[in-house]
Amino acid sequence: MQTQDIFTNDTSKGLLSIYYTAGYPHLDSTIAIAEKLEQAGADFLEIGFPYSDPVADGPVIQHSSEVALKNGMTLQLLFQQLGELRSRVSIPVFLMGYFNTVLQYGVENFCKSCQEVGVNGAIIPDLPIYEYEDLYQNIFKQYNISNIFLVTPQTSDERIRKIDNLSNCFIYLLSSNATTGKNLEVGEQAGQYFQRLKDMNLKNPLVIGFGISDKGTFQKATNYAKGAIIGSAFVRLLSDDNYTDKIEPFIKSIKTA
Amino acid sequence: MSKYHVNEKGYYGPFGGAYIPEMLYPNVAELQKKYMEIMQEESFQQEFQELLKDYVGRPSPLYLAKRLSTRYGANIFLKREDLNHTGAHKINNTIGQILLAERLGKKRIIAETGAGQHGVATATVCALKGLECVVYMGEIDIQRQAPNVARMKMMGATVVAAQSGSKTLKDATNEALRDWINNPVDTHYIIGSVVGPHPYPDLVARFQSIISEETKKQLAEKTGNSLPDYVLACVGGGSNAAGMFYHFLEDEEVQLIAVEAAGHGVDSGESAATTALGKEGVLHGSRSILMQTQDGQVVEPYSISAGLDYPGIGPQHAWLYKSGRGKYVSITDDEAMQAGLLLTKLEGIIPAIESSHALAYLEKMTFQGKENVVICLSGRGDKDLDNYMKYFGF
Repeated sequence: MQTQDIFTNDTSKGLLSIYYTAGYPHLDSTIAIAEKLEQAGADFLEIGFPYSDPVADGPVIQHSSEVALKNGMTLQLLFQQLGELRSRVSIPVFLMGYFNTVLQYGVENFCKSCQEVGVNGAIIPDLPIYEYEDLYQNIFKQYNISNIFLVTPQTSDERIRKIDNLSNCFIYLLSSNATTGKNLEVGEQAGQYFQRLKDMNLKNPLVIGFGISDKGTFQKATNYAKGAIIGSAFVRLLSDDNYTDKIEPFIKSIKTA
Repeated sequence: MSKYHVNEKGYYGPFGGAYIPEMLYPNVAELQKKYMEIMQEESFQQEFQELLKDYVGRPSPLYLAKRLSTRYGANIFLKREDLNHTGAHKINNTIGQILLAERLGKKRIIAETGAGQHGVATATVCALKGLECVVYMGEIDIQRQAPNVARMKMMGATVVAAQSGSKTLKDATNEALRDWINNPVDTHYIIGSVVGPHPYPDLVARFQSIISEETKKQLAEKTGNSLPDYVLACVGGGSNAAGMFYHFLEDEEVQLIAVEAAGHGVDSGESAATTALGKEGVLHGSRSILMQTQDGQVVEPYSISAGLDYPGIGPQHAWLYKSGRGKYVSITDDEAMQAGLLLTKLEGIIPAIESSHALAYLEKMTFQGKENVVICLSGRGDKDLDNYMKYFGF
C-alpha cells in the first residue's frame, strides 16, 4: 500500500494525526502505541525523537523528552525499534525532532534509516529553509523522504509559496505563533489566517497543529485543512499508568461525528 | 568584510547561520534586515556613544599592572571593563540592544542570564528606558546568585525561574526563546553573548568591539604601538573575547588567546572547555562547537565561574579556533582562583572569577624580552566574594 495516498487523495478529509515522544513513557513503548493508535483510527503519526533542548515545545512535551532521554532513548535505538514498524503499522509515520540530533546521526544516514524502516518523512523545526535547500534537499530526495515545513500566522505569502514549492507531502500549519501545548482559540483572526491559506490553493494539503486537543478544536481546524495534529493532549494521557486502555476512547472521542 | 567576520549569509566559515523554528523567523529576519542600517544611523551612534561615555563611564582605562608585569617579565596591560557601570563588559551590549529595540518599536524586553550579570545589565537599561523587562534565570542559579536577583527586582524586572532541564543558563536561554516564540510582535530578546541565530553573534560582537577600539588607541598612546604581542580574554559564550579581539583580527601578528574554563580538569567530566571537549553541532540557533553526547544531546558543563559554564561557544570563536587565528586554551578552577587572589594581592583589584581564568594563563606563557600583553578584565569580583571566601577559607 502507498501510505502517502491519503495526502494526495481528494476525498480524504478530517485526517487525525497523533504526536508522541519515542521512549515515553517506557523505553520500548513506541511501536505498541503506534499499533494501538492505528487500530483506534488515527490516520497518521508523528513520532518525536527526544532532544535535551526542545525550544519549540511547551512543558508537556519537554517533560516527555526528558523522561525518554532518561529511559535511554536515542535516534539509533529508535531506528532499531522501528525495524518492525512496517510489519505492525500501515499508516504514514513521520519523525519529528531537532536538527542537532539528526546532524550527529548524519543527515544522509538519517534519511537512509528512515527509508529502510518505512518512515515517510521528517519534521525538523529548526532546520531552516535556506540550509535545507542548499545542503540537504538532494539527500532527502534521494531517499524519498518528505521534509515537512512549518508555517505560522506571521509567515509571509511569498515565503509560503516557497515552502509549497519545496514540499511534497503536506504543510504543517501552526494554529498560532506559540510553543506546543497551548489551547487553540479559533477566533476571527485564526479563522482569517486559515482561510487565507486555504484560498492560496497550494499544491500541498494543509495540516494544522499546535493547540489542537479535543473534538471541538479538531473540528474547527479540519474545517479549513485536510487534517489536524494532536500532541500535548495525547502525551499527557500517556502519563497515566493504564494509558493503553485510554488510547482508543481518546481517538474515538475525537473522530466520531 | 574579512574572512573572520560574518558573511552575507550569516556564516563564519562553516559556523553560524540561523537554525530557528519558523515561529522565530519574522523576528530574526527583521533584525537581520535592519540591524546594520539602524546601527549606522547618526542619531543611533550619537546616543550610543553618549550613553557609553556618561552612563557606562567609558572609555574604560587601560592599566599597566606594574607588579604583575614584574612578576611575569612582560608589560601586562589590563583593560578595565570591571570599572563599567554594573561591573562588567555586559552593559556595552545591553545599551546597544536597548537602543536597537526602541528603534524597532519593541515595548517589552526579555533576556536570559546565568550568574545574573547580563540580567542586571539588561534590567539596568530597561529601567533607563522605562521598558518592561523579563529575565529568565535557572532555578538553581536564582538560589546561587541572590544579590543579583535582588538588583534586577529593585530595577523593576520580573525574574522568571527556568525550571526545565538542568535549570541553569542553557535552560534559561531555552525559556527566553520560548517566550519570544509566544510573543512574536512586541518583544525584543537581548541575548547576552555572541551566541544565538544570525545576526546576534555579529551584533553583540559589534557592540562589544568598543573594547578593542579603545585598547588600540590607548596602547598607541602608552607604547607608541597600537598592536600588542598578545591579547587574552576568557570565553564562556565569548562576548568579552569577541569585543577584545574584534579590531585585532586582521592584525595577524597579534596572538589572540581565548581562555575557556576547564572546571575540575578537561578530562574530569566536570568541565566547560568547549573546544577541547566539543564537536560541531547546533544549539540556540547557530552551528558551532558544542559539548554533547554521541547522540547529540547537550551536555551540562561545569565551572566554578557561573559566567563560563555554557556548553557552546559563539560561532565566530568556533571559526577563529578552527582557522587557527585564535589559540583556545583552558584553565582549571584552582588555577583561576589562585590567579584571582594574586591580582588582588599584587594590584589591589579583585577580578571576577571569569576574568581570573584569563589572568591564570599568564603562568603558562613564556615571554621574550618586554613583550606587550593585554588582558581583558571583563568584570569585577564583588559578585564572587562568597566563592572566594569559601574557596580560601577567609
